[in-house]
Amino acid sequence: MFIWFSIFADWLVYDTLGLSNQTQVGQALHFFVEDTSKIFALLVVMIYAIGWLRASLNVERVRDYLAGRPKVVGYGLGAGFGAITPFCSCSSIPVFLGFTSAGIPIGITMAFLLTSPLINEVAILLLFSLLGLEITLLYAFTGIVIGMLGGALLDLLKAERWLQPLAAKAYARGQQAAPTKSSNTASLNQAASPLNWQQRHQFAKSETSEIFGRVWKWVIIGVGIGAALHGFVPAGWLQANLGEGQWWSVPLAVLMGIPLYANATGVIPVLESLLLQGVPLGTTLAFCMSTVAASFPEFVMLKQVMQWRLLALLFALLLISFTVMGWIFNLVSLA
Amino acid sequence: MKIEILGSGCKKCTNLAASVEQVANRLSLNIELEKVTDMATIVDYGVMSTPAIVINGTVVSSGSVPSDTEIEQLLTQVRNG
Repeated sequence: MFIWFSIFADWLVYDTLGLSNQTQVGQALHFFVEDTSKIFALLVVMIYAIGWLRASLNVERVRDYLAGRPKVVGYGLGAGFGAITPFCSCSSIPVFLGFTSAGIPIGITMAFLLTSPLINEVAILLLFSLLGLEITLLYAFTGIVIGMLGGALLDLLKAERWLQPLAAKAYARGQQAAPTKSSNTASLNQAASPLNWQQRHQFAKSETSEIFGRVWKWVIIGVGIGAALHGFVPAGWLQANLGEGQWWSVPLAVLMGIPLYANATGVIPVLESLLLQGVPLGTTLAFCMSTVAASFPEFVMLKQVMQWRLLALLFALLLISFTVMGWIFNLVSLA
Repeated sequence: MKIEILGSGCKKCTNLAASVEQVANRLSLNIELEKVTDMATIVDYGVMSTPAIVINGTVVSSGSVPSDTEIEQLLTQVRNG
């Protein structure tokens, strides 16, 4: 079915605009048109379908489900829910406080918050359509493992020592009270009544327009960078310089990803181009995850609930995990 | 009636406050609208996904930006309460 996008790009770039498929500009533009149209079409279909399924899942229900679980199970569940639960990044503070005051350990809350930007279901499906099952599973698995390890480590270090007063208060409250369901939001919990298909359609429709409105420019930027790599970086240049998976190239890729800020959806086309250019899998994934997760705006926001020491620790933790993960994947994939 | 919009001040919350005000004006309701950005207050309401609407101290919507029609329903429900 993807052949149609290629045919469309042929028609637009080569026939209508009259560019030659032998020139770099022609090739780059063709890649750009094909990939953007393909990704846009995929996004609309996928966000709608996921919205339909997800209409009844919300953070309140996740919180109630996680409250009172044993830690070992909790890390996995927290990271798993982080991967599929949508919330606008400006909600991450209330989510953090809400989980904390429900008596959920800091580590489980962090597993949830760490995994959330790294993996979102739209990125996963996009990855699957572009690069196949194996890479998608690797990506998802890595994101969840990093979230779980990060959470477990914070609990080990008793990270609650480094919370801001506001969050510390919420934490203390959560530790005193047995985990309970919050009563004044009960009226909102539509969990009791299953949604009918019209409500699901409404939710899916608004999700689609909202998410698409948010990510389309990222996709354009991402594909643009991919197209530029594709058309203007001499074929084999990246491979010649990075193709061996030299050990230093992985931390370098992670560091380069820090100042770049993109969301997971926009980074996928870049990931695709880097792999096509012969950059090893570990280096590519390290770069992309660092771009998505190690972003300063997010961290500045978390400053409201965490002290600098804890933030720095988290940041270092992320950078180290991305690097180690990159090395492991390079070893495995280049062996 | 007293309406509070809970949120950290992101674009969604601002839009929501504007629509609530519009709808209230259209229904010629006398409302007192307040934007709450203080996290402690938001958490005290038990809200985790912003933006949320609180009418007279009760959370009536959270985690989404309701359509004008939905806002109208919420307001008239309280008015006829």
